[in-house]
Amino acid sequence: MIHVENLTKYFDDFCAVDQISFEIQKGEILGLLGPNGAGKTTTLRMLTGFLRPSSGNIRVKDYSIDEHGLEIKSLLGYLPESAPLYHDMLVFDYLDYVANIRDIKSDAKITRLKQLADLCGINEVMHKPINQLSKGYKQRVGLAHAMMNDPEILVLDEPTSGLDPNQIVEIRDIIKEIGKTKTIIISTHILSEVEATCGRVVILNQGKIAADSTTEALRQGAGGEYFINITLLDADIDSVRAALGSIGQILAVEEEKKADDNDALHIRLRLRSPSDIRPEIYRKIKQSDWTLLEFQQETLSLESIFRQLTKEN
Amino acid sequence: MRQIKNIFRKEFRTYFVSPIAYIVISIFLLVTGWFFFMTFFLYNQADLRNFFALLPITFSFVVPAVTMRLFSEELNIGSYEILLTLPVTSRDVILGKFFASVALIAAMLLPTLAYPITISFLGELDWGPVAGGYIGAILLGAAFSSVGLFASSLTRNQIVAFIIGMAICFALTLVDKMLFFMPQSLLGFFEYLGADFHFQNISKGIIDSRDILYFVSVSFFGLYGAHLVMEGKN
Repeated sequence: MIHVENLTKYFDDFCAVDQISFEIQKGEILGLLGPNGAGKTTTLRMLTGFLRPSSGNIRVKDYSIDEHGLEIKSLLGYLPESAPLYHDMLVFDYLDYVANIRDIKSDAKITRLKQLADLCGINEVMHKPINQLSKGYKQRVGLAHAMMNDPEILVLDEPTSGLDPNQIVEIRDIIKEIGKTKTIIISTHILSEVEATCGRVVILNQGKIAADSTTEALRQGAGGEYFINITLLDADIDSVRAALGSIGQILAVEEEKKADDNDALHIRLRLRSPSDIRPEIYRKIKQSDWTLLEFQQETLSLESIFRQLTKEN
Repeated sequence: MRQIKNIFRKEFRTYFVSPIAYIVISIFLLVTGWFFFMTFFLYNQADLRNFFALLPITFSFVVPAVTMRLFSEELNIGSYEILLTLPVTSRDVILGKFFASVALIAAMLLPTLAYPITISFLGELDWGPVAGGYIGAILLGAAFSSVGLFASSLTRNQIVAFIIGMAICFALTLVDKMLFFMPQSLLGFFEYLGADFHFQNISKGIIDSRDILYFVSVSFFGLYGAHLVMEGKN
């Protein structure tokens, strides 16, 4: 659906996006992730035809952005960061104006506006000026604007920033609902958002792609280290080392000091591979006379993967 | 063409939704009306010459006030990003805004038609120069609009846009009044640059292709300049 090849953008001497390439299939929900200033917004702006790439190419379907910018724009719906809408227009007037530009015929227009108002929950603000709306409503109007022409590709730049938790869930549900039939690209730095909505993630860092895979693959492939945490009562670290050290998968047995009032022993096992050795560990514990309080396999969170990939190097 | 119409309609409506149009039109009518009728009965002549003589000066500050928000506001709130990611070209945007501004100027001139109509009751009014004057006024308004639009594309601050636009318009109006500062060899050139010179020709009722060409080319340069500035931004 979308092919990005060696996309590069310079602002004077500053390289905001550096030779990135990726592809997006039809029906995918892609999360574009990265710390502030990683080039997310710049990438989206080039994709939507607002900025011209310094070099590289973007193809949407069979259209190239250099030659068929207008055709691509009519396939896309775009919600820029913080929804910069005209201040002094009424919501209805604004959406009507967008519908005219999107060439929606007048008999279909009213039905479409009603549909969007229901979908985005903006019925009660249709006749208010945009500058009187709260951030959340503005964002919804922006979303309605982006979906006006029922676009095949929806590009959303930080769609949930500034919304309250209820609104975030609502917007995510809307996105998921649309995502069943459309291709969606979301930029964000909220990781739970990616986990909740996106099938695939591209992590950008300093203008380069740091990772490009599905969320599960990312979690499995990251770092190559796995941990199991155990809390034991009536045990000491030396006997635990002696008992568990014989299991080949375990690289190290580390004691963790925690500010507990009881004298439980917190142990962190560093493992070589993700293969599950919990049964083996449990048998060892059962043979001893320790009391097991906690036994938990640690999955590396997206947060820590993100930090690993985007740390200053 | 369709998109130019859409943008024109939106911009023209916005003028009347916000107080800008009403303020600008009232000030324009007050200023021109006052200066015109202050001396009208002293001259005791049934013509509009004084009204048109002052028009380039009044337009030099009224028109930039009309155009100052057209791009500056978009750049300031960032709505330009939304506009350009809709299926429109920057040419559509610039022309739509330009025509909206010219239409507002026409709406501003409309009430002044009351002057020639009243005067025609007072004496023998020659309608030729009046018609020429109004055609010239629209051409002058278009030329100054394009200059103001260019000024507005340069900055996100409306006040700065207004001052730049006003400075260029005043320079165009006054350049042929300052010919004695200029070297003799360039006199013809600077006289040709003066907007007032061409406007007074037309408002005498003589519609010369050279004068029309002047206003059309000023409009073209202003709009093309705005186009280059906006293209340069991305």
